[in-house]
Amino acid sequence: MSTTEGYMTADGRQIGGVVMEMKNITLKFGGVTAIEDISFDIHEGEIRAIIGPNGAGKSSMLNVISGFYVPQQGEVFFRGTKRAQLKPFEVARQGIARTFQNIALFEGMSVLDNVMTGRLTHMKAGIISQSLWRGSAEREEMANREICERVIDFLEIQSIRKTPVSRLPYGLKKRVELARALASEPKLLLLDEPMAGMNVEEKEDMSRFILDVNDEFGTTIALIEHDMGVVMDLSDRVVVMDYGKKIGDGTPNEVRNNQAVIDAYLGVSHD
Amino acid sequence: MAQPDTGTNNMVSLPALLRRNAASFGSSAAFREKEYGIWQTWSWAKALDEAESFALGLIELGIQPGDFVAVLGRNRPDLYISMIAIQMVGATPVPQYQDSVAEEMEYVLAHCGAKFVVAGDQEQVDKILEIQSKLPDFEQMIYLDGRGLRKYDHSKLHSFSSVMDRGKNSGQNSRSILNDREGSLNYDSTCVMLYTSGTTGRPKGVVLSNANIIETAKTTCEFDNLQQSDEVLAYLPMAWIGDFIFSVGQAMWSGFCVNCPESADTLSTDLREIGPTYYFAPPRIFEMQLTNVMIRMEDSGRFKKWLFDYFMEHARHVGANILDGKSVGFGSRIKYFLGELTVYGPLKNTLGLSKVRVGYTAGEAIGPEIFDFYRSLGINLKQLYGQTEASVYITQQPDGEVHGDTVGVPTPGVEVRISDNGEVYYRSPGTFVEYYKNPESTADTKDPEGWVATGDAGFFEEDTGHLRIIDRAKDVAKMSDGSMFAPKYVENKLKFYPNILEAVVFGAGKERCVAFVNIDLSAVGNWAERNNIAYSSYQELAGHTKVLETIKEHIEEVNISISEDKMLAGCQVHRFIVLHKELDADDGELTRTRKVRRKIIGEKFKDLVAALYDGSGSVYTETEVTYEDGRKGKISANLNIMDAHVINQANIAAE
Repeated sequence: MSTTEGYMTADGRQIGGVVMEMKNITLKFGGVTAIEDISFDIHEGEIRAIIGPNGAGKSSMLNVISGFYVPQQGEVFFRGTKRAQLKPFEVARQGIARTFQNIALFEGMSVLDNVMTGRLTHMKAGIISQSLWRGSAEREEMANREICERVIDFLEIQSIRKTPVSRLPYGLKKRVELARALASEPKLLLLDEPMAGMNVEEKEDMSRFILDVNDEFGTTIALIEHDMGVVMDLSDRVVVMDYGKKIGDGTPNEVRNNQAVIDAYLGVSHD
Repeated sequence: MAQPDTGTNNMVSLPALLRRNAASFGSSAAFREKEYGIWQTWSWAKALDEAESFALGLIELGIQPGDFVAVLGRNRPDLYISMIAIQMVGATPVPQYQDSVAEEMEYVLAHCGAKFVVAGDQEQVDKILEIQSKLPDFEQMIYLDGRGLRKYDHSKLHSFSSVMDRGKNSGQNSRSILNDREGSLNYDSTCVMLYTSGTTGRPKGVVLSNANIIETAKTTCEFDNLQQSDEVLAYLPMAWIGDFIFSVGQAMWSGFCVNCPESADTLSTDLREIGPTYYFAPPRIFEMQLTNVMIRMEDSGRFKKWLFDYFMEHARHVGANILDGKSVGFGSRIKYFLGELTVYGPLKNTLGLSKVRVGYTAGEAIGPEIFDFYRSLGINLKQLYGQTEASVYITQQPDGEVHGDTVGVPTPGVEVRISDNGEVYYRSPGTFVEYYKNPESTADTKDPEGWVATGDAGFFEEDTGHLRIIDRAKDVAKMSDGSMFAPKYVENKLKFYPNILEAVVFGAGKERCVAFVNIDLSAVGNWAERNNIAYSSYQELAGHTKVLETIKEHIEEVNISISEDKMLAGCQVHRFIVLHKELDADDGELTRTRKVRRKIIGEKFKDLVAALYDGSGSVYTETEVTYEDGRKGKISANLNIMDAHVINQANIAAE
């Protein structure tokens, strides 16, 4: 399954070739090794999950993918080219968007304005045109607004379009964050614990949205999640991490039956 | 704008009316829908164009005259247009309640043998796919919103736009078929089939002809002087006759614009943006709006609260009189004008009712306080009385003759008589053709002379000549001491308290009346918040001692008011239970139009009814509940039974 060609999922979807490849990544913070010699790839159009117990290095891994952390060793290939050190906005420009484990929205701004910030990398008009709101700035804003409105429609948050984010409940904030990420029309979407702290109904909604995003826009999704049920239902392939090491990689079924994974999750007696 | 040219002679079908509208004012707005945050407009010309394309597409898909086509989804211009297109090809649209669960839909679709389905979105498509094996006649399904449907098997599934494209590209052959079929429509051909919500038993398919709908639309548009420039908001279920008359019949006749909200959650915003001039809502909506206003006033500052109370008090005295054009003192008018500037105007604007010229409420009795509240603001809210079998209208209140407790005078063209046992009968041009595949029920309801039994007991008030409805005829019963038992009368009084969402009174054949009560979560929840009462669930709040005390106070107030009516003094509520779950249509306890199914509730909770009568202080119960996705679960609770004080004096006087 680690070929560079695509493959067919169990439900008959055709998955494309490799879009992102991590080769022998090692990430250290001082004396702590967060990630140790991990390699895996993400194929175009698939939903790829990264799971593992607390402190396994999942979020660090996601930060490496998003370019926020630069690993001491190893190489990251995005669309076939080796990635140099990038600033966050350069990563965004490449078509990678993310949501955060602890929501990072502009609390004082309305939902719509927050979603519009997702279009920032697509705005080219100069400062004068922007401040006069004439010519290219006006056209650009209308085009961007339309894209945002489609996302708002898609995620069914029309009724809170004008509501300040600070007034929203947690579950909706998560959805707004997803909306902002989607507004940038990403090629690769990184979701850091999209279901954390949600109730069953909110989880079901969110799962539906993730599947629909993948289905409708063909967006490649990499997600970190604790809820095993959700992970097993949603993802095409799963990477399992424990103490910074990769202990399993494969389809949800393969991973479920992997002894190392079972040991990591259920614990094993050390005698 | 001028009243459209009527040319009654050849206006024998809704497609004909659509063609007339497209020809006489083709560029005016026929439909609007908010999508992607912007109101999108369909002109009459565009509506006709789409209806034709869709009709041709249906012909390409093999639709035959006489076929039934189920239409299910929220109110959207495309669905309204598709209903007209379905009529164009000689088939009959059968709109469905979008929140029906699959099994409910199964009965209706199997009963009419629907061959085609036009579905709004994935949720509706899924329901049909779930039951399609039990629908032998089902052939093709068309959906509007393709989201999430990409992976579905498309052998029987088509997108709305693909069907329109097929229609646009269809050859001369299909076009001549369409011409023939549309040309053969006449005044007697079926316009629509609507299933009654079925307060009792299985739903029945009410067949309404073009004549029913068009004649009704014509007289009622004249009655209220509805113009082409009017605006309505279409948000009530499409399967309900009211929506069909307002958003299709009258809209096609007068040519006014039908506005569809963006989603159910944005309704209040959309209402405010559109500012309809012609507005219809069941009492429940008015109640909900009023409760919201009251809750928000409770939360507002002291000065605002005072201002609101001061001017609302004034409006209660003179508002309705000013609206009816009665004489009111100059000082009062000045004060009312100030109130309009500071309170009434802004409030109406917030509610989205600033421009309402004609407003109606029907379906259930509305609380006099609620009714008066809106009228005192200067909103011309009126009541009408009707049913599906009558194409809605039986009686309605003319401007300036509005009373809270009556439902008005017979609509022009409608004859009403009261039978010896007090039941209301009517005969009108809107009277339905038949119940589909159910000649016995048709014969039971409609006699050979065309008189239809409404099933409601009522009488004409002598001084005003207005009809007053007491209750469902079959619900009016005797208590064991022979005094009259009219449960709805008591329930309505109870429901007028914001804290009480629903009430069910029992007592037929018994010596005392008892009641189930549902609390209104938004009102009681807000009260709990203000009083620092913590609760984790509906059930816990409903069982809270302070809530029970409040409900008890309400019931005792109602008892006092009932005791003043000699005929009904026996209906005072002696004991009651606050239910641990909200009565729900998904559990079969309410109809889809949210009417109480008394008998079913009585059977389902018979342990509770028994406990109310045997004098016990509390009762343990387990109830099966159905979730929105159709799964079932159980909730259990220990319920306290409360005693309420009754006025005995009047009881004796009644005997």
